[in-house]
Amino acid sequence: MTNLLYYTLRIADSSLILGQRMSEWCSKGPTLEEDIALSNISLDMFGQANGFYEYAAKLDGKNSADYFAFHRNEREFFNHQIVELENGHFGKTIVRNFLHDAFNFLFYTKLSESNDKTLAALAAKSLKEVKYHLRHSSNWLIRLGDGTEESNYKVQVSLEEIWQYTAELFEMDEVDNELLISGIGVDNKALKAQWDEIVNNTLNKAKLKRPTDTYMATGGKKGMHTEHLGFLLAEMQFMQRSYPDAKW
Amino acid sequence: MQNGKITKIWELLNTVPDPEIPVISVVELGVIRDVTYIKKRFIISITPTYSGCPAVKTFQDDITECLKKNDITNFELQIIYSPAWTTDWMSKETKAKLKKYGIAPPSNIVICPQCDSEETILISDFGATACKALYKCSNCLEPFEFFKCI
Repeated sequence: MTNLLYYTLRIADSSLILGQRMSEWCSKGPTLEEDIALSNISLDMFGQANGFYEYAAKLDGKNSADYFAFHRNEREFFNHQIVELENGHFGKTIVRNFLHDAFNFLFYTKLSESNDKTLAALAAKSLKEVKYHLRHSSNWLIRLGDGTEESNYKVQVSLEEIWQYTAELFEMDEVDNELLISGIGVDNKALKAQWDEIVNNTLNKAKLKRPTDTYMATGGKKGMHTEHLGFLLAEMQFMQRSYPDAKW
Repeated sequence: MQNGKITKIWELLNTVPDPEIPVISVVELGVIRDVTYIKKRFIISITPTYSGCPAVKTFQDDITECLKKNDITNFELQIIYSPAWTTDWMSKETKAKLKKYGIAPPSNIVICPQCDSEETILISDFGATACKALYKCSNCLEPFEFFKCI
């Protein structure tokens, strides 16, 4: 696999897995408006994933976009671990999405300047949508954090649970480094300062405490995952695995 | 030689309605970016409004059906992402059609399409389709959809 294909799959996988997680909210949202919002975000993520998978299929020259989504195993998925975490309660979903949306916003801003024209175009497109996602998750985080004693407590606990999965977002490995040198990839490490600023500002408004870095998880980008991903794939891939290439 | 035919294709495309908002056509929506003639085929470039918009597939099917019905078969639809779709491509006339249909057109100030009041409240950033948000008018109290600026 070329580095560019690997890089493209990482982006596609994170979008697809988060999209699948968000789709689990469909018909279970806390209010009708919120149900629609969460499902809409899911659709955006699927659409973004599709764009990147189509490009991956072109780079690969052999496997299709559907193959990448439905016929790979857990170890062959390269998404950030944070997106595969279970939804939990609504507040936990908001915390996970907020931390990831803030990263995605900065990441796509940079990727839209990539030397690779396709990645740049897909990033510019995704960025418009991610701005809405970040606004949505930030507003809810502030409302829940600065809400009742119980809502504040619940999101604070979620924040502490999820925090360990944030370090991976800013990691640079040999694939990232090589693509950064060729002007295609993003310097993830350089996004950290701005991410800290967004997160700190929002947490302050939400009256939440920023957790301290202790043990920080890693490995998603190399195919090492939490126990949650396998169950997600089992459900998402079931139809295509049981009835390969089924169409409707 | 093919210029006349390209004009004809644009005219036909202008009769294909947006599947979600049937008062405007796919051309007025701004998703048709280009029609060119390359190697004896017409290439129609389409850009999605939102990445995950489910209407994209529908309007590809609708365009195919419309052109075939008019005996144009040597064409291809291609999806392009750059430049990313923007509501800035909508004309004044298109915006007026949206308003008449009850959807507040994209603008910096959200104006109630029923009573023209500027006193409106955001209910949710997400509506029945990816491109719309939910608002309520503080003057006439009617809820309405707003076509988001992107």
